[in-house]
Amino acid sequence: MGLRHRARPRAVKTFAELFETLDGENSTNAKSAALRAHFASASPEDAAWALYFLAGERLPSPVSGRTLRAWAGEAAGIPAWLVEESYAQIGDQAETVTLLLPDPVDPPVVTLSEIVTRHLRPLSGGTPAEQSRLIRRAWAELGRTDRFVFNKLLAGSFRVGVQKTLVTKALAEVAGLEPAVMAARLTGRIEPTPEFFQKLLRPENESDEEPRPLPFFLASPLAGDPSELGPKTEWTAEWKYDGIRAQLLKSQGEVWLWSRGGEPVTTAFPELAQAGNRLPEGTVLDGEILVWTPGNDQPSPFGDLQQRLNRKTAPAALRSRFPAVFVAYDLLRLHRADLRGKPQSERRAELEKLAAPWPSSGTLRASPLLEGNWEELAALRRQSRERGVEGLMLKHRDATYASGRVKGGWFKWKVDPLSLDFVMTFAQAGHGRRAGLHTDYTFALWQAGELVTVTKAYSGLSDAEIQQVERFVRKNTLDTFGPVRRLTPTLVCEIGFEGVTQSPRHKSGFALRFPRILRLREDKPAAEADTVDHLRALARQSGFEAGATGSPAFRQQWLFPDP
Amino acid sequence: MARPDLILQTESGLHCPAGDFYVDPWRPVARAVVTHAHSDHARPGSAAYLCAANGAGVLRERVGQQARIEGLAWGQTVSLNGVKVSLHPAGHILGSAQVRIEHQGEVWVIAGDYKTEPDISCDAFEPVRCHVFVTESTFGLPVYRWRPSAEIFADLNRWWAANAAQGRTSVVFAYALGKAQRVLSGLNPDIGPLMVHGSVSRFLPHYAEAGRTLPAATTGTLEHIAQAGGRGLVIAPQSTRDSPWLARFGDASLAAVSGWMQARGNRRRESLDRGFVLSDHADWPGLLEAIGATGAERVGVTHGFSSSLARFLREQGRDSFTWNTQFEGETWGSVTEPAPEP
Repeated sequence: MGLRHRARPRAVKTFAELFETLDGENSTNAKSAALRAHFASASPEDAAWALYFLAGERLPSPVSGRTLRAWAGEAAGIPAWLVEESYAQIGDQAETVTLLLPDPVDPPVVTLSEIVTRHLRPLSGGTPAEQSRLIRRAWAELGRTDRFVFNKLLAGSFRVGVQKTLVTKALAEVAGLEPAVMAARLTGRIEPTPEFFQKLLRPENESDEEPRPLPFFLASPLAGDPSELGPKTEWTAEWKYDGIRAQLLKSQGEVWLWSRGGEPVTTAFPELAQAGNRLPEGTVLDGEILVWTPGNDQPSPFGDLQQRLNRKTAPAALRSRFPAVFVAYDLLRLHRADLRGKPQSERRAELEKLAAPWPSSGTLRASPLLEGNWEELAALRRQSRERGVEGLMLKHRDATYASGRVKGGWFKWKVDPLSLDFVMTFAQAGHGRRAGLHTDYTFALWQAGELVTVTKAYSGLSDAEIQQVERFVRKNTLDTFGPVRRLTPTLVCEIGFEGVTQSPRHKSGFALRFPRILRLREDKPAAEADTVDHLRALARQSGFEAGATGSPAFRQQWLFPDP
Repeated sequence: MARPDLILQTESGLHCPAGDFYVDPWRPVARAVVTHAHSDHARPGSAAYLCAANGAGVLRERVGQQARIEGLAWGQTVSLNGVKVSLHPAGHILGSAQVRIEHQGEVWVIAGDYKTEPDISCDAFEPVRCHVFVTESTFGLPVYRWRPSAEIFADLNRWWAANAAQGRTSVVFAYALGKAQRVLSGLNPDIGPLMVHGSVSRFLPHYAEAGRTLPAATTGTLEHIAQAGGRGLVIAPQSTRDSPWLARFGDASLAAVSGWMQARGNRRRESLDRGFVLSDHADWPGLLEAIGATGAERVGVTHGFSSSLARFLREQGRDSFTWNTQFEGETWGSVTEPAPEP
């Protein structure tokens, strides 16, 4: 944005200034210093809101993006189609709107809490006419960066390229606490109130004892062969389940279930809460929520679990149709004692002791260990798809339970994706870092001599390959529809995906799970790309055909995406 | 309108059949009228070139010392096969011209690349009345509105001074012809030593010859680099980014100066420390103002967001059409290095 570097030096008084530094600086040290300066000097009201948004929390969006862009067009005297073309080029709605609006004259200095209370909060529940009037008032009053912040918050999320761990560390330093203590205080709900913020910074905090989840330990993907990890005897193996990660807590006589996204989901899974009652006081279990029909020897597809997600409650009919289980694979606290510093093998032994009385097909069960050497495990992994799991988890016997993704302790050894060769048919301008480049691709397969659209894919290409495809797109455009270009169907790409399900909503009749580009197949003529029949055969083999569709977007609201 | 168009788009570029000459041809031709010396407008190999008198030197750098180049004073008219041709300042870079073409009472103006904002490194854009105006549209979307260059230069100088205070070299990536010299024109040499890459300095004598006084800058040859390290500001093309040459300047803050820096996405993609929004192309209001000032009945739009600008003009009641060029307008980072002048 044009106005990032105004006369002011590094003082970080307002959120706008903090944002400019976080957005403009490449160095982590500079970002960290700006965060510390802001948290130390801002009022608790402002610091609380800054933390809330920087941690990725969001307020409900009071108006749709399209409506907002339409109002911006009206305010700027620009026709709607031209606003949309500008959006396609800039790739960020808040930024587009900010750039379109006439420059403010002599804007006052405002704080983040003023932006929220004066401009954002009054919007909810208003009629469109009131909302339009209030938004125009905000645009007229706010300076360019504040206006950008406001527009970002209107759209809901506020991602500025700063990781939560950096925010946590800055807060810990301001408070004079260990980052791990701050991480624990920040797990779960973050309230945008001065009380919450002040409590965070206290040396002792009664909420350190509150029934909140502990920071989740994240596995790294296993790139090579597991034999590179050393002898199998140092490792334990389990199935990698295709559900949602969660912690089950028993604390102060109550049971809590927290998703990895930091959402309490206790009431959505009453059967798990009930099962958790038998746990001893001060227990924290790490595990997976799955739908698993009694009598079945494998969990139901993720699509079934989706029926239980994003709900406050679970009616009996839903519970009996899609019964949930909690498969525990780690024990983080027992009788209030923190076990995270103990080696994996000891925690596993404690878990097995705790789980000894649980029936293996019960609502609460322990994840079984898989036996065998690397070759035998490799053979098991190849059965993953038929068994309804994503592959294997490998955990080092000596690994402590760390916070975040610390490489070396846990590995996910996922099954190789399914793949077919597709033809690229459309390309659309990307967003954010990829603004102005055509990085949203549409792919088709052959059916009766014609190309049928099957899927979109966005990820998988390196920056160099993106440039290569960009040159292809520019040379091979047949038609342009705003940000979308129709291409001569000549570029073949190998697309990988985790599963395929029938879907009447899709033209081809199939929907892919997690499609991504594995590689460009410039060696292959388009005529030799795969067919819809090939896809159908894969659907049949993998047994997914009858399941409900798992939408990646939906899933990612629950789990942070696994890279 | 039974009369055929005075200018046609052909395989070799824009052609005037009546005058038998081309404007900014892509392929070698007999007679080439060249708007300016950027490589997507000035291609080598033509038998004869016509350009603005004070652009002849930089054009020679581009098309070869042996090329036959004739320079025209601003506003001076020549007759090519009975077609009257004159050149008028376009304000894009040193010697950049709009080509006015008159035949049987009809006037066309091919603007080439232009900007309406003042720039002390070249002559200012002059609107020319015409029937048909052919405009570029590199930044032909309303999100592209430039702040005054004086503010951008003030930002640049502040950034440089702050880096110098911390013992960091300031590196500005800018296209070697035009943008580099414009940046130079706005820098305060009191802050520290100024250094330019060899591809920039080769054009500097032509600026001096044209009477465009720029702050003195040393060419960044091996023996001079030590002078700039830590306090200096270096202007170099983006293609030097990962070069050993640039690494010799030590700890550096990297900035790009370009209209494309208006979008955060471009700056973030490049992982630059700063993106200064300064362009040698007209912004959206500049394009509309320039088009309005010509009084043209028809507007041809090329080089950039041509269909968007043409549609907007039609909705405003102005007849307009688009021309595709071999160069699909300039974009940030989507074409091979060196990046074309943004």
